Amino acid sequence: MAMSRAAAATGAVTRRRLGATAARSMASWFGHVEPAAKDPILGVTEAFLADPSPDKVNVGVGAYRDDNGKPVVLDCVREAERRITGNMNMEYLPMGGSIKMIEESLKLAYGEDSQFIKDKRIAAVQALSGTGACRLFADFQKRFLPDSHIYIPTPTWANHHNIWRDAQVPQRTFTYYHPESRGLDFSGLMDDIKNAPDGSFFLLHACAHNPTGVDPSEEQWREISHQFKVKNHFPFFDMAYQGFASGDPERDAKAIRIFLEDGHQIGCAQSYAKNMGLYGQRAGCLSILCDDEMQAVAVKSQLQQIARPMYSNPPVHGALIVSTILGDPELKTLWLKEVKGMADRIIGMRKALKQNLEKLGSPMSWEHITNQIGMFCYSGMTPEQVDRLTNEFHIYMTRNGRISMAGVTTGNVAYLANAIHECHAVII
Amino acid sequence: MASSAAAFAVLRGGKSEARAGCRVGITRKNFGRVMMALAVDVSRFEGVPMAPPDPILGVSEAFKADKNDLKLNLGVGAYRTEELQPYVLNVVKKAETLMLEKGENKEYLPIEGLAAFNKATAELLFGADNPVLKQGRVATLQSLSGTGSLRLAAAFIQRYFPEAKVLISSPTWGNHKNIFNDARVPWSEYRYYDPKTVGLDFEGMIADIQAAPDGSFVLLHGCAHNPTGIDPTPEQWEKIADVIQEKKHMPFFDVAYQGFASGSLDEDASSVRLFVERGLEVFVAQSYSKNLGLYAERIGAINVVCSTPEVANRVKSQLKRLARPMYSNPPIHGARIVANVVGDPTMFGEWKQEMEEMAGRIKNVRQKLYDSLSAKDKSGKDWSFILRQIGMFSYTGLNKTQSDNMTDKWHIYMTKDGRISLAGLSLAKCEYLADAIIDSFHNGLGTAK
Repeated sequence: MAMSRAAAATGAVTRRRLGATAARSMASWFGHVEPAAKDPILGVTEAFLADPSPDKVNVGVGAYRDDNGKPVVLDCVREAERRITGNMNMEYLPMGGSIKMIEESLKLAYGEDSQFIKDKRIAAVQALSGTGACRLFADFQKRFLPDSHIYIPTPTWANHHNIWRDAQVPQRTFTYYHPESRGLDFSGLMDDIKNAPDGSFFLLHACAHNPTGVDPSEEQWREISHQFKVKNHFPFFDMAYQGFASGDPERDAKAIRIFLEDGHQIGCAQSYAKNMGLYGQRAGCLSILCDDEMQAVAVKSQLQQIARPMYSNPPVHGALIVSTILGDPELKTLWLKEVKGMADRIIGMRKALKQNLEKLGSPMSWEHITNQIGMFCYSGMTPEQVDRLTNEFHIYMTRNGRISMAGVTTGNVAYLANAIHECHAVII
Repeated sequence: MASSAAAFAVLRGGKSEARAGCRVGITRKNFGRVMMALAVDVSRFEGVPMAPPDPILGVSEAFKADKNDLKLNLGVGAYRTEELQPYVLNVVKKAETLMLEKGENKEYLPIEGLAAFNKATAELLFGADNPVLKQGRVATLQSLSGTGSLRLAAAFIQRYFPEAKVLISSPTWGNHKNIFNDARVPWSEYRYYDPKTVGLDFEGMIADIQAAPDGSFVLLHGCAHNPTGIDPTPEQWEKIADVIQEKKHMPFFDVAYQGFASGSLDEDASSVRLFVERGLEVFVAQSYSKNLGLYAERIGAINVVCSTPEVANRVKSQLKRLARPMYSNPPIHGARIVANVVGDPTMFGEWKQEMEEMAGRIKNVRQKLYDSLSAKDKSGKDWSFILRQIGMFSYTGLNKTQSDNMTDKWHIYMTKDGRISLAGLSLAKCEYLADAIIDSFHNGLGTAK
C-alpha cells in the first residue's frame, strides 16, 4: 500500500485536467492486490462451455437439469410469477424481509403445527439464500458469542469455510466422510462430538450432504442429538435441499425435528435455490429458536441490525414467489409434486449409473451411488482420475470426485458409466 | 457434570458466556422440571439485547401506527406520486411483462452479476463513450443496491488498505457509518453542512479533506446529497478534485440518485465524470432504488476505475472473493429489469421521460413549499435554501426538539436530524407542512438554528 502511493508521490505535481494517458503513467493504488484464485466449482462450467466436443457432459455445477440436460423453471414458479406481475409494489420490504415468506419457511422447517411457531419463539429473517443465511448467523455468532468457534464437517461445501472465515469466527473441523466405505465415519464423528469442548457450535447438513451425499440414518441422528444434549452443543443446520433429497420435505426435515423433540434450541439456514429452482433469486431464511417470544424479538432485531449495513433489506421477487406458492394450497400441491419429480429423476439416475457400472463388470462396489442422497455423489475418484475423465472423455466435474447427479441423463448415463469404468480399470 | 450450585446458577444478563463447561439455568416456565433435569438448556442468546429501532425505517413504522387523519410521512426516501401513492414506473411494468413472456430461466448469475446489466450500468454512469470503458479499466460488479455496493467496497478497503480512513460528510446518510463500522473501516467526518446558511460549509470541507492523512478515502455524494440536499457547484467540485489529487486521496462516490436530482442522467453524473477525466482511480457505488423505483429488488453496482485493465481484473477478482461468502451471487430480477430498460432505445427514452417527471414533481413541490413558507412566515426568515437544495430531501434546519414537535403536534413524520423527504410531499399538503415548520421553528422548544 505505502509503496504504490509513495511511487505516486515522487514526481507528483498538482494536476488539473490530465486525460486518460495520465492514468497509465500514474501508479495504481492497487499494485498490491493479487488476482484471486478461480472458484473451483464455477471454473468447471467455464471449461465445459468452451469444449467443442459433442460428447461433453457437465456433472460439475449443482443446479438441477431435466433429462435433456436443460435448466428447469418449475410450473408452480411460472404460475406464481404470472400472479405477482401486475401486483406491483416494489417498496422496500421490512428489514427482516417478507413476513409471509418467513412464516411459510418456518412451517416447512419446524412443522406445520409447530408449537414453537405458535409460541413465537423463533427469531427469523429472510436471507440471501443459503449463503446469506449462513453469513448472517456467522456474523451474529461473532458479535454475541465472540469466544465461540464453529465446527465444520470434513468435507463440506467450500463456501462454508469462506463464510465463517470472513465473519472472523475461528473454525475447526469434525470427522464426517469415510473414504474407504464412501459413507459416514460415524464413530469418528461421535468421537469428535464428545471431544469438542462443551457448548461448541456445530454446522450440520440437515439432509443431502454437500458434497458427499452421505447422510446419517435416523438412528444415527438420534444418537448425535443425544450426544449434543450431553455436551450442550449448539446445532446449526444448513438445509439447502429440503424436498430435494428424498422427494418429501417432511422426511428431509427429520434430523431437525429429532433435535427439536430432544429439546435443542437450533439455528437453521434454508434455501429455495434448488427445491424451488430459484437459484438466481437468492431466496432463503435464517431462523434461531429462542427461549421465548421476547428473546426472539430481541434476536431478530439484532439480525436485522447485521443485515442493514450489508444490504439494507432483502430482494422481494424471490420472496414473493415463495410465499405465493407456499401460501396457496393448489400451488403448494403442485410444488410438492414437482419437487418429488426432480428428486425421483435423480434417484432414477443413481440407479441407472450403478446398474450400468455393474453391467460393465466393474469389480468395485458402487453401492455408494445409491446409498448417497441428493444432488451429489462422491465417487471416490482421485483428482488424476477426474482429470482423465475430463481430458479423454470430456466429462466435467470438480476434482474432489464430486458428481452432480442432476447433470446425468438417460442420454449420457451409459457414456458416463463407461468412462468411469475405463478410468478405474487402468489404475487398478 | 456440574455441581448443584452451578446447576442452579442463573446466567447474568449482558453478554452470554458460551465457554467450556456446562451452561445451565432456570427456565422461568419450567421451574418444576429443574429438579429432574440437572442441565436445563437455556438459550445461548439470553443476553442479546433489543436493537434500537432504525432511525429512518423506524419512522415509517411509527407513521403506520398513527391514527390521525392529518398525518404525513416525510421519513423514508421512497418516491410518492401527488396522490402519495408508491409509484411503479411504466417502463418497469413493460420490462417485467417482457421478461415474463421471454420466460428466461432462473439460474445462478456469476458472482459479478448479469453481464448485460454491468455493461449498461457502467455506460450509464461514465457515459457510453468514456475512454475508461473502452480501455477496459473499470471493474464493475452487480451488487445489492447502494448498501451492498458500499459494503463490498468497504470490505475491500478493510482488506487491502487496513490503515486507511474513510472521510464522510457531516451529516451523511445514517447507514454509511453502520457500513464502515461493521466492515471495521475507521472513519472520520469532514465538515459539510453549515447551519448558519443552511448550505454548504465549503471552506470547512476543503480544510478537513486537506488535514486528513494522505491516501484517505473521501466519500462523496455524486448528486442530491442525503440528507441535506445540498450539492457543490461545478466550480466547487473542481476545487474538491484539486485537493483530493493533491493529498493523493481516493475519491469514493455514492451515486444513489442519478437522474433523480436534476432530471438528467448525464448532468447528475458530471461530478463523477469530472474526477474520472482527471485520470484518477475512483470507487463509485450505484443504486437503482430511486431512479427506477426498484427499491425492493436491491439492484446496484460497485465500480472501480483503475489505472489499467490488468489492475481492474485483479480488483474485480478480489471483490468477487468478498461477495462469495456474503451472498454467493446477486439476485437476478432487478438486474434483468435494468438491462431490458437500458438496452431498448424506446424503453430507455421512456425511462428518461418518467425520471424527468419524477424530478419535476419534486421541483414543483419545493417551489410550492417555499412559496407557502415565504407567504405565511412573518418573521422575515429567508427560506430560499429550500430552492437551492436538490433531490429528494431537504434539510430544514430544524433540530431534534423541533422535529419532535413536527411529529407530536402536527403528525408529520421525519427524521430527527431535520430531514424531510419531498418525495413524500404533495402540492396539496404544502401549506399544512409550511404551518408546521413555521410553528416548530419559532415555537418548538429548544435552540432554534
